[in-house]
Amino acid sequence: MSRKLLLEHINVPGINTFEVYRQKGGYRAVEKALKTLTPEEIVEEVKKSGLRGRGGAGFPTGMKWSFLAKPEGVARYLVCNADESEPGTFKDRYLMTHIPHALIEGMIVSSFALGAKVSYIYVRGEMMPQIRILEKAIAEAKAAGFLGKNILGTGYDLELYVQPGGGAYICGEETALLESLEGKRGNPRIKPPFPAIAGLYGCPTVVNNVESIAAIVPIINDGGEEYAKIGIGRSTGTKLISASGNLVKPGVYEIELGLPVEEFIYSDEYCGGIANGKRLKATVAGGSSVPVLPANLTLKLANGEPRLMSYESLSEGGFATGTMLGSGGFIAFDEDQSIVRNTWNFSRFYYHESCGQCSPCREGTGWMEKVLNRIVHGKGNMQDVDLLWDIQRRIEGNTICPLGDAAAWPVASAIRHFRDEFEYYINEPVKSQTVPYGMANYAVPIEKITVTEEK
Amino acid sequence: MLKVEEQTPVQLSSALLAKFDDVKSRYPEGKQKSALLPLLHLVQAEYLWVSTSAMDQIAAYLNIEPIEVYEVATFYSMYFLKPQGKYAMEVCRTGPCCLVGAEKILTHLENTLGVKEGEVTADGLFSFRGVECLAACGYGPVLQISPDYTFYENLTTESVDKLIEDLKNK
Amino acid sequence: MSDKVKVTIDGITVEVDNGTTILNAARQIGGDIVPPAMCYYSKLEGSGGKCRTCIVKVSKGSEKDPRPMPKLVASCRTTVMDGMEVLNITSPEVLEARAGVVEFLLINHPLDCPVCDQAGECDLQNLSYEHGLQQTRFEFERRTFERIDIGDKIQLHMNRCILCYRCVFVADQITNKRVHGILNRGDHSEISTYIQQVVENDFSGNVIDVCPVGALTDKTFRFKNRVWFTKPVDAHRDCNHDTCNGKVTLWYKGENVLRVTARKDEFGEVEAFICNECRFDKKLTADWVIEHPTHIDDTSVIASNHYETLIPLHVIQPNEALQAANEIELHKKVKY
Repeated sequence: MSRKLLLEHINVPGINTFEVYRQKGGYRAVEKALKTLTPEEIVEEVKKSGLRGRGGAGFPTGMKWSFLAKPEGVARYLVCNADESEPGTFKDRYLMTHIPHALIEGMIVSSFALGAKVSYIYVRGEMMPQIRILEKAIAEAKAAGFLGKNILGTGYDLELYVQPGGGAYICGEETALLESLEGKRGNPRIKPPFPAIAGLYGCPTVVNNVESIAAIVPIINDGGEEYAKIGIGRSTGTKLISASGNLVKPGVYEIELGLPVEEFIYSDEYCGGIANGKRLKATVAGGSSVPVLPANLTLKLANGEPRLMSYESLSEGGFATGTMLGSGGFIAFDEDQSIVRNTWNFSRFYYHESCGQCSPCREGTGWMEKVLNRIVHGKGNMQDVDLLWDIQRRIEGNTICPLGDAAAWPVASAIRHFRDEFEYYINEPVKSQTVPYGMANYAVPIEKITVTEEK
Repeated sequence: MLKVEEQTPVQLSSALLAKFDDVKSRYPEGKQKSALLPLLHLVQAEYLWVSTSAMDQIAAYLNIEPIEVYEVATFYSMYFLKPQGKYAMEVCRTGPCCLVGAEKILTHLENTLGVKEGEVTADGLFSFRGVECLAACGYGPVLQISPDYTFYENLTTESVDKLIEDLKNK
Repeated sequence: MSDKVKVTIDGITVEVDNGTTILNAARQIGGDIVPPAMCYYSKLEGSGGKCRTCIVKVSKGSEKDPRPMPKLVASCRTTVMDGMEVLNITSPEVLEARAGVVEFLLINHPLDCPVCDQAGECDLQNLSYEHGLQQTRFEFERRTFERIDIGDKIQLHMNRCILCYRCVFVADQITNKRVHGILNRGDHSEISTYIQQVVENDFSGNVIDVCPVGALTDKTFRFKNRVWFTKPVDAHRDCNHDTCNGKVTLWYKGENVLRVTARKDEFGEVEAFICNECRFDKKLTADWVIEHPTHIDDTSVIASNHYETLIPLHVIQPNEALQAANEIELHKKVKY
């Protein structure tokens, strides 16, 4: 069994209540932080821990905090990004449902470290049950003196509010989230200025993912150095992985970063292998935005070494043979699944969720969806594949926010690794509607190949 | 442009306005526009949809222009700008749920309820639509039912049938 | 830090105020290296960044931090740093990406310039002439909307809209009440009033001038004439309106003033916003004090029927004999 930091007590009955959570050592981090540490010391601990943002980009949290501008007399805000909408990712829902006080505790410590007097948890609107859970948890914490005026007699005041979203994936982008929190359309802002300088209401703001904030609790309890000992290289600590798709045991797992991908998929401690005795065809390792990989490249690096669940190992080989850890949304496809159809599905998602502000994303996502739709339904032609490649290339990197890239990468990687399946749909327009393309050679271990940087 | 049918203006109850006040108090002075999304949710929970009349009243309450409310209400996918069934079902139709059969559930709903996506059944009880990822990919297929967004996981055609029966008898 | 910074765009160095954007620095240099802008409007605060046609490559971040920027940046919203080096038309990567943006802008835009009232003064038309493909690769139905009248003077045809948001900024910043805005999301976004409402405002007509395409047009001028058959003349009047200076361009056909617009500068932006009275209600020569013919850039189709001076044809290879002959011709024309 590997170490559990966030989900240690997840199976304790009543852990969602304040009493049980407190009995199990909850809110120790608040006491320690507010009574014995200065805000600067907390930021230092987080820096030492090497914690990287768990929302997808993997930017070091401590460094993000240290960028926060601190002009005199201007309010600062901490906003928790609980707008979990990345297909394949459901860890934040799990955390908020079962152990909401972990998030509240992390919010108190983080707000104190950043000097925020009012903090918001922006939860996606569809998670109304979780909003109710969090509001109850906040009321409990407030009744126990951990929130409100003069917390634990230290003179620190904090108000914590839950803000519902309205149903928009784009609000997971931090500046779109802030726009939405200000009661506007969720159009991402043009950066600079970054939120650390001018965020919510024009004030310095930090936006962090639910899991990042919950991870502050063990960092404060055990110290940043202790946290950094877990994991591998620059991927420190534990990470919640949301496993879904054709697995025996889909669900949320806490892993120590550096776990071999093969072990994660096949061991009984985690996913328990592919459902219904089938074979693994492909995976999306970090939520729908990251490149899809065939089974052989999922399990092994191009040089034949095993691939690990870490920021570095998953992105080893660049986009030519690698992918990204992203938000940890691990989707497994069995041999009967169609990558082409799934790519179309993801494309439709991005088309539906594009905010429509900048032209490459607004027009390009719809175009890709239409072309893919045509291919999937047996009406495509060979030029379409090249056209798709051209469209995605013209979107990538040319948009205001990362949604454009997120829409382009799945299409690019599907063409890169599964071009033969696209051709199957085009050459066999009737057969492909009922007979899956199957495994082809996607699981055949590849010979050692050298990777050249793609341009 | 939305073709808006003639509507009877709604009268927001004092209980609802009290909730409005509570929400508005969460934001700093002068930033009351932040309350817009929560207020729209409150209105939708009360009336099951968001009418133009209600939006105009929210605008007046928050002291903003009505167009600012329309812009927001049409941007976000959760707000119903047309009346829905009493139980508005939303089925996730994104990748991971499709891998485990979400499309079957949508077809099944269409056959069982006898209406197309977005339409309301004759008795006014049900409407359904496919929505994008609900962040419950490990428990798919999933659906949620507004206005309180109760969540149903690991659906099968049988469990959907039972759910519809239960709701009918409720 | 000094107030002036040096920036080099396509090899031309210019000294600009600290805080200037790359686009505005390029405009100070002028000429071909100015990136095209479909959504940025210097008179509208917060505009820009959306259409992505003005993207450029920053090959050197600044003197202090010479690393290049990893992605192409929107020049209208990126401020210059001292020592920054920018590539616009000298970078194939930029031209390629810009061509991509133009293609995206055109996939849902009708390709029917011959029947569009904006033809001849359309920014998108110019842009696609320069960067577009000869044929569209988009083989699907375009999104369509019905034309709607927002008031009796302005018509909105969403099919042509490229969602630059300029008209929304005008309503927010120039008029005292905004009743139209952006509805819906993604490529379903549309400019609308939601429930049909009249845009009634003393300055609402300015949305026509800022619209880079034919989405918002002047109903008093629609289909009266092609713009290149009209003669623009600068004129002014004493306008009672506080914020309108009454300086306009009158567009003549024969003796009739067909329309009135604000005066536009070399980058297609209005010099000052004008009120609706000047725009819609003063269409007699007697209402105005005529100044002089409006300067029209000789690359514009509007200039095709009237020259202020004879400009000799551009010669690619220097042909001294021809140049000399042209010179003589030119002097003749000017003299007589």
